[in-house]
Amino acid sequence: MSATTDSSTTIAPDRVEILAPREPYKGQNVPRKEDRRLVQGQGVFVDDIKRHGMGYVHFVRSPYAHAHITAIDVSKAESMKGVYGTLTGEEVASLTDPFFQLSTPPGAHLKDYALALGKVRYVGEAIVAVVAETRELARDASELVEVEYEPLDAVTDARHALDESKPVLHEDSGSNLMWEGVYEWGDLDAAFAEADKVVKIDELHFHRFNSTPLETDGALVEFNRGTGQWTIHTNNQFPGFAQIMMGPAMRCGLDKLRFVTQDIGGGFGNKITSHPQLVVCCLLARKLRRPVQWTEWRTDFHMSMSHGNERWFHDTEVAVKSDGTLLGFRTKALDDAGAWLRYEPLGGVIWAQVTPGMYRWRHIRLEFTQVATNKAPVSPNRGYSRMQHLWFTERIIDIVAHELGLDPIEVRKRNYIRVEDMPYETPNGCVYDSGDYAQMLDVATELIGWPGIEEKRLDAAARGKLLGVGIGSTLDSGTNNFGQSRMINPELQFSGNNEVATVKLDIFGEIVVTLGTTPQGQGHETTAGQVVADILGCSVDDVHVRAGHDSYWNSHAGFSGTYASQFAVTGLGAVKGAADMLAEEIKRLGSVILGGVPVEALELAEGTVRIKDNPEAALPFMACGAIINANNAGLPEDLDVTLNCRYVYRPPFEVPDLERKFGNLTLTYAAQVHAAVVEIDPETGYYEVVDYAAVDDCGTRINPQIVEGQVMGATAHGLGGVMHEIFEYDEDGNLLTPNFYDYHVPHALDMPPLKTGFVESPSPFTSLGTKGMGEGGGAGIHAVCAAIQDALRGHGDAIVSDSSNPYRRVWEMLDHPDTAGARVQVVDA
Amino acid sequence: MSENAAPVSSSRQIAVTINGTLYEREVEARKLLIHFIRDDVDLTGSHIGCDTGNCGACSVIVDGTLVKSCMMLAVQADGSSIETVEGLADDGELAALQQAFSDHHALQCGYCTPGMLMSATALLRTNAHPSEAEIRKGLQGNICRCTGYWNIFEAVKTASERVAK
Repeated sequence: MSATTDSSTTIAPDRVEILAPREPYKGQNVPRKEDRRLVQGQGVFVDDIKRHGMGYVHFVRSPYAHAHITAIDVSKAESMKGVYGTLTGEEVASLTDPFFQLSTPPGAHLKDYALALGKVRYVGEAIVAVVAETRELARDASELVEVEYEPLDAVTDARHALDESKPVLHEDSGSNLMWEGVYEWGDLDAAFAEADKVVKIDELHFHRFNSTPLETDGALVEFNRGTGQWTIHTNNQFPGFAQIMMGPAMRCGLDKLRFVTQDIGGGFGNKITSHPQLVVCCLLARKLRRPVQWTEWRTDFHMSMSHGNERWFHDTEVAVKSDGTLLGFRTKALDDAGAWLRYEPLGGVIWAQVTPGMYRWRHIRLEFTQVATNKAPVSPNRGYSRMQHLWFTERIIDIVAHELGLDPIEVRKRNYIRVEDMPYETPNGCVYDSGDYAQMLDVATELIGWPGIEEKRLDAAARGKLLGVGIGSTLDSGTNNFGQSRMINPELQFSGNNEVATVKLDIFGEIVVTLGTTPQGQGHETTAGQVVADILGCSVDDVHVRAGHDSYWNSHAGFSGTYASQFAVTGLGAVKGAADMLAEEIKRLGSVILGGVPVEALELAEGTVRIKDNPEAALPFMACGAIINANNAGLPEDLDVTLNCRYVYRPPFEVPDLERKFGNLTLTYAAQVHAAVVEIDPETGYYEVVDYAAVDDCGTRINPQIVEGQVMGATAHGLGGVMHEIFEYDEDGNLLTPNFYDYHVPHALDMPPLKTGFVESPSPFTSLGTKGMGEGGGAGIHAVCAAIQDALRGHGDAIVSDSSNPYRRVWEMLDHPDTAGARVQVVDA
Repeated sequence: MSENAAPVSSSRQIAVTINGTLYEREVEARKLLIHFIRDDVDLTGSHIGCDTGNCGACSVIVDGTLVKSCMMLAVQADGSSIETVEGLADDGELAALQQAFSDHHALQCGYCTPGMLMSATALLRTNAHPSEAEIRKGLQGNICRCTGYWNIFEAVKTASERVAK
């Protein structure tokens, strides 16, 4: 029979022939679909969107870290020409309910509104929103808003937040304690009894910083009075979470909150918790009967958005054998949440995804306490909560090695979970899916020329420099089981995860993909296109992946968004599911049109469905699309084919055992081993990273170039974090680094030479063998800390105790090593 | 003036050529050049990433000189000829730098990219064959938070080699 039926050829116009690829696209560096618009300045970021008559929003913010608000007068601002109106905390409190709290008491008692009500709790907290005809006028008018304060003492050091002498931020919760929980697995007493030595570390500190995406937060919000629906053009990166927070607060159904995104200028987790500002914009758009536009100033971002969790580890004790075999540890983690719980206290459990790090110790106890302070609220930042914990476990390795006189590389190899242990169940029930950490370490050390490192040390010494080498080995756990939130609060009704994609074949044969995700540079359009093209047997150029996210596409679910290293699993899992469905439908249609050929005898290739044994008998996709969409008379009644397929990917999770705090908390565990070589000037503490290797294993790579790009980015963030970046407050609660002058992010001149290496251990638990990646575990922070400690060996022997190591701190460790570093004791058990 | 009135603000008519097109607009004297380009002329390729002139996302070329357009008033640009990222491609054909950025995966979110491309364009005009150290120096005024810069260095190097051929 002929390849096409008469009915199909009557309607389809000429179009470019679809060429089949010779090789699968999976694993190839397919050029990014996104690039063409982005290199021409044709991306659409939120601040690019304009509407007729829109007003610009500016926030009046607190100059005090802690104060009662005794009076607010907006009348002068409102009477200024060109000002459209204002919104105060009292109005917000009358129009909305407080945001739902994830915590159990005492954190559960917080009453968190979109604007401050009665009190301010950190410098930069939003008090009043002013809307005017231009950005400049809105800013001018905000100067005319009169706020009277009664200042209070501030709590800026979490270590003293629970002191009786300190003021309480939230009277409703009774104290500054927000959440606490004890995690214990294994048999600590037995482990410490078996140990030859106990290494005691008094205090380790992980500092406060974040990834500072170059585009700040923003939104353009329109309100449709007739339908009561808001359209929120925004760069929020987790619309599912924002909707869950906003709907109940605004007393509206979630479908009334339409989220739309195209291009987002970086996120790194920092754009998850903009829901308070989005509520303000929604209320203003309704109140003022006009679209409102808000673009956060850089200074406002630094003062108020998504600082990474600052954490202390106190009274750590490590049970270890003389040969360096690690048995277990106990510690007390103290987490500084800042002034509000905007995503917290989830950080109190997220760390547990990587409880033992990469190591085989089985006996672990961690007491977690989270307190409120008069600083900006914390929320996810690349490596969220695991980075802090992994830095801690890596510090333990290097401190133990140092104290026992062992080689840190040998200690790692002795204790790493081995390739033959995979899949490996951790003491708390997480299942590491695959990986060969020792091999990764070999690749990393080879890349930095390990065998010749002692020669380099001597060479550096001859130049008056102290050379040190450090390893950072971390995990990037991806695809959350949201059931872990119940370990924080058993009442929460979250578990599992999901993501959605649709793939359809349109009337003229166009393949259209929609995603529920909100990419910020991760190349989702490209990798989704690769997966679809491989399944449908067509060119990747013929797969049109819509840019961004729109709730109106109906391709989203409760956990949709781009966060927590999961697209390659959840997003592409959904894309694969939908493409498989479409492929099957095309074959069933082909079976009918090609005269009842069995489906098994058909294949998809070269943009057609065709008979395997007779490729001449082929039905082009454009014919399939035309028949189903516009020329369907006479088709069999029982042919259930729409060529518009929606798939919801749902990873295989169980609700964790809450009693034992036991269960698999993420589906995949990508791994990183980084190696850093530093040279320190002993006179000043100035140091340079002179060599660096980043080895990554994220399972099967769909597009290696995109993977490598994110490995590089995560490396840069690690280096920035450990060397330069810090949100530092003075004792009155003033942020000392509110802009890019004072908050130094790496520049082109700061970057060390970089070598990358890859190991591919496909995940047995995902449909494509992929693992989520991108956050990177903060391996660079550990590697540099370890390298500094190594360089200081024999030069005071300071123990690096802080994740922030600007030159000043290195000089302090050289100058007074006993007090500038951690205090460590080794006791015979 | 009364306390409630808008601050005194003078407007001025300016004429600026951007990517070969003449734009005549009345602008407030205090308006920044980047806001003029983005809001008044609606060329939104140039971006804003900071309040302090540190990030370089707004970099454009004014009368042949690389400028951070948030550090200049629109009225100061009166009579000048400005190049922005929208002017780099020639009728849809990407410039060598744009193509090299894509080839080397020198962009992820793409927010810094327009400014980065303008800085690199200015660099290659004054130094057609920069060393890596010169490339780094030429781009030090532009912050990128996604790539770690390494692929950007490669892209600029490749573009300089391709143009030389």
